[in-house]
Amino acid sequence: MTDTLPSDTAYELNPDALLAAYRTMRTIREFEERVHEEFATGEIPGFVHLYAGEEASAAGVCVHLDDRDVLASTHRGHGHCIAKGVDPKEMMAEIYGRVTGSCHGKGGSMHIADLSKGMLGANGIVGGGPPLICGAALAAKLQGTGGVGVAFFGDGASNQGTTLEALNLASVWNLPAIFVAENNGYAESTSSTWSVAADNIADRAAGFGMPGVIVDGFDFFAVYEAAAEAIDRARKGGGPTLIEVKFTRYFGHFEGDQQAYRADEVARARETLDCLKRFRGRVTETGQLADHQLNEIDNEVDRLIDDAVTEAKAAPKPTEADLTTDVYITY
Amino acid sequence: MARTISYREAINEALAQEMERDESVIVMGEDNAGGMGSPGEMDAWGGVLGVTKGLYHKFPGRVLDTPISESAFIGAAIGAATRGMRPVAELMFIDFMGVCFDQIYNQAAKFRYMFGGKAVTPVVVRTMYGAGLRAAAQHSQALYPIFTHIPGLKVVVPSSPYEAKGLLIQSIRDDDPVIFCEHKMLYDTTGEVPEESYTIPFGEANVAREGGDVTIVAIGRMVSVALEAADELASSGVEAEVIDPRTTSPLDTDTILESVENTGRLVVVDEATPRCNMATDISATVAQEAFGSLRAPIQMVTAPHTPVPFADSLEDFYMPDAQKVVNAAKAIVGWKR
Repeated sequence: MTDTLPSDTAYELNPDALLAAYRTMRTIREFEERVHEEFATGEIPGFVHLYAGEEASAAGVCVHLDDRDVLASTHRGHGHCIAKGVDPKEMMAEIYGRVTGSCHGKGGSMHIADLSKGMLGANGIVGGGPPLICGAALAAKLQGTGGVGVAFFGDGASNQGTTLEALNLASVWNLPAIFVAENNGYAESTSSTWSVAADNIADRAAGFGMPGVIVDGFDFFAVYEAAAEAIDRARKGGGPTLIEVKFTRYFGHFEGDQQAYRADEVARARETLDCLKRFRGRVTETGQLADHQLNEIDNEVDRLIDDAVTEAKAAPKPTEADLTTDVYITY
Repeated sequence: MARTISYREAINEALAQEMERDESVIVMGEDNAGGMGSPGEMDAWGGVLGVTKGLYHKFPGRVLDTPISESAFIGAAIGAATRGMRPVAELMFIDFMGVCFDQIYNQAAKFRYMFGGKAVTPVVVRTMYGAGLRAAAQHSQALYPIFTHIPGLKVVVPSSPYEAKGLLIQSIRDDDPVIFCEHKMLYDTTGEVPEESYTIPFGEANVAREGGDVTIVAIGRMVSVALEAADELASSGVEAEVIDPRTTSPLDTDTILESVENTGRLVVVDEATPRCNMATDISATVAQEAFGSLRAPIQMVTAPHTPVPFADSLEDFYMPDAQKVVNAAKAIVGWKR
């Protein structure tokens, strides 16, 4: 992994785009830190997997996406949802199991989706998304929309047959698909240095006839650049790319994980590698943005997430009448 | 106008007519054309049993051959369905569900519900089931009960060429995920099929023969077995009513219950192995909903609780046949408390 910033990337983005990227990452961070706190109170049901620390990946990829494009996510999906435009208030309500949630309380943290935004769902099955993204990319190709499909998956899913089959099919069909392997170092408690037999997940791209790229996942601009190239190539009919984003997650596999398997890498990452800190340092150093502009976003995001939690807690739960609806369209 | 064509031709015609009608209908699977990347001719196979033959040239770019990679292409069909396509994916043998089941039951089946009613996934998985071709344990199973168990899936088991065409067109137009189970021993059977396009609605059983003494509910290929049995029963004065549910999900329990309320006797004929199959499911429903009408114990004629054997002698023992159905019916017609 490199700590070196790409030379000119920051200048490609105008101040509004930089502010938007910062807002996305900041929203994800605040959302996750707040869910972490609220989960500890016992009010949030079920399993929750937090994306904090990985924000540059979702933001750096999704900044290139629009309504034509589809994204499939993972069980650690909150960040991808926010970056693809899903309403954080609806997401929070979903996590609380409320009828006002993105999925009316029927999905929960692991199944947040908004198909109107091209967000094909967080996914409770490791490796569930990549085959689906082949289909979304195929649809875009056949319909001639210029759209792409993006499958985010983790280092754990990089060993799943579904993922490897999808990589092959995407190349065989020359699909406009981008596979983003988010290697946060652990599949549950198992280190990717042990479970991934290759040195890098991206090395596997060669076996599927596509370019493979390794990116410093703490660096928004590095992700931005790699994604730009891959997405542009896909839109032009140049086929799929595998991007490996390397970083560390700030929390456990799930909330409640005591993380006895970890060393002190989180403290070090938060201190020296953190994507928000580095983004701020970079854009203020170049003079493109000032601290007060970023602080203002911080405050707005804090209020948004405060409101999201307050509203979620106050929202009604689904009732028994909702139990058997929406299994089928007709039956 | 109706003419006599095979089950295989009926399915091919349904696909062609729907592809003609709706550009979003695409077909994908292993060797659906055949010969991809090979030095010989394209459309060399038209699927392993020739069901999709001719579509490749008729609909350029819309018949997609795939690597032998069921997880990837069944998943791709599902993903494409969420984006405005109506893919018909061919899972060559239903036995291969084991290598792609997650995409079907955890993804396609659950999108509608777990995404709060917002997903539309009009995918059809056509798949070949059943014993009789001496294809042994991994290519002969009748696994439709497993799909029937999953909320969110619709399961179709057509019993004749006429049923196959109308039910497949309905499957393609249906907005929910559909598993369409074709019996391999039916492909060469023939029957009258209208040339024009038509649909058969899901969840409406066909009363294939009327009779007042015993109700025989039969699934898929077992409908013809049941009809053969009914003929023999008639010669000894027993009139059987034969019901073809057509779809196991949704299941038309009303027609079954109504018949049993009239006859007081039920035989269910199911090629699936006997635990948690359609026979147990239908029997349980009848026992619960029409207990007072039953004049004799319910009979289930099914395969035994074994894998499908290879040797022709063994496979013939394995399959439910007309004689077993006749014996079951006679046992309860003459039953005394």
